[in-house]
Amino acid sequence: MRHSSEDGGKDDRGKCELSLTVNGKPETVRVFPMERLLDVLRQELGLTGTKEGCGEGECGSCSVLMNGELVNSCLIPALQAAGATLTTIEGIAKGPQLNALQAAFLECGGAQCGICTPGMILASCHLLNKKPEPTLEDIREGLSGNLCRCTGYVQIFEAVEQAARRKASA
Amino acid sequence: MRSDPADYELIAPGNLQAVLSLLADEPSKWLPIAGGTDVMVLYAAGKLPKRKLVSVWNLPELRRIEISPDEIRIGAGCTYTDLREHEIIAREFPLLASAARWTGGIANQNRGTLGGNIVNASPAADSLPALLVYEAELILVSGRGERRVPYLDFHTGYKKMKLAPDELIRAVCLGRRFSNYLHYARKVGAREAQALSKVCVAALGRLRGGGAIDDVRIALGSVAPVPLRLTEVERIVKGRPVEPELVQLTRKMTSAAIQPIDDIRSTARYRSAVAGNLVAEFLQQLRGSGKTV
Repeated sequence: MRHSSEDGGKDDRGKCELSLTVNGKPETVRVFPMERLLDVLRQELGLTGTKEGCGEGECGSCSVLMNGELVNSCLIPALQAAGATLTTIEGIAKGPQLNALQAAFLECGGAQCGICTPGMILASCHLLNKKPEPTLEDIREGLSGNLCRCTGYVQIFEAVEQAARRKASA
Repeated sequence: MRSDPADYELIAPGNLQAVLSLLADEPSKWLPIAGGTDVMVLYAAGKLPKRKLVSVWNLPELRRIEISPDEIRIGAGCTYTDLREHEIIAREFPLLASAARWTGGIANQNRGTLGGNIVNASPAADSLPALLVYEAELILVSGRGERRVPYLDFHTGYKKMKLAPDELIRAVCLGRRFSNYLHYARKVGAREAQALSKVCVAALGRLRGGGAIDDVRIALGSVAPVPLRLTEVERIVKGRPVEPELVQLTRKMTSAAIQPIDDIRSTARYRSAVAGNLVAEFLQQLRGSGKTV
């Protein structure tokens, strides 16, 4: 995963050492400060569940939680994530136990091709953290920055409603 | 072509003084970056000419909202989420709260900042017409000190503004004097979220006891190289009752006052028609609003 060999011996000067906590695990990487957080996650840490869609903050495929806030990791320079606590899709399930959102997406048909799904789950997770009992309007707004070209969104909204209901009754 | 991160420098001094001395030492060399929602897009596209960036994200000096009896002072580093969640902004400056809600999705609202929106100076920026009608004042800061300037004529042309190379916007000040006004905002875009405006409007108004217009302020986005305040239209309608002839005249004057263009999002003709309709809608709402001096 470490791509120092791929750099072809390219000058390492200018790289900085970055410590961050990813999915509960402390990590230290040596990266250029303007490297995108998305690339640090995927290439340095091997966490390829976070996807790149548009690369300009419009599609939400690269959504992660940084210090509890939903962000597009394609728009975050690595240096601004120094010391941050991050949650990616790999940190959502508890071992083999799916998170309520993941289970609901499966049951409701909220995922087809899957590219938008990690971002959808993270955005839904952020929404339910802020509003445990969201209205349909809240869900639509909470996911408005995440584009899906397969489902037509309805199944995704149903999945979030179902997960919220289950969490409330749990 | 995507930029190579090895070609760029980024530092995060962590406090305002350190950022300002960097800007003072090498003005024009450093590009401040806050939440990155505009800068990182240019960077990803290989269109970021400046190679030295200094992070102003989350500087404590820029992330405060201070309230005094007459004024609210919003740190330039406050995010759209900060604006949306602030009770006094939601109540007294709803046009700004609406613009914050319309800008991007939640992830962008968590990172995009008010100061960044001003200096990025997009004519389509949703928060800027609101700042025009609330007659915001900007506090600019540099190693040389602070100065307070009206926002009204801050933008001098497309992406040009009265900001020295060693200066940052520190805060945006709004007077708390619009409680008995009608606050009108509307954005017309391809979809409600994540779409840049074809036209957006922010307006304030109130009537006199007899129904004549006492005061109005109208500003439009996406219809000129800069966010535009329609001062001439405002001057003509003041003191007159909102009657169909006045609404019709205003519609025509609005279309004449703007310089919309054809671009990827819309056409000049559509923008001109919609801008006139929105201003007319504002006046009609004002007539029935019961907002009087």
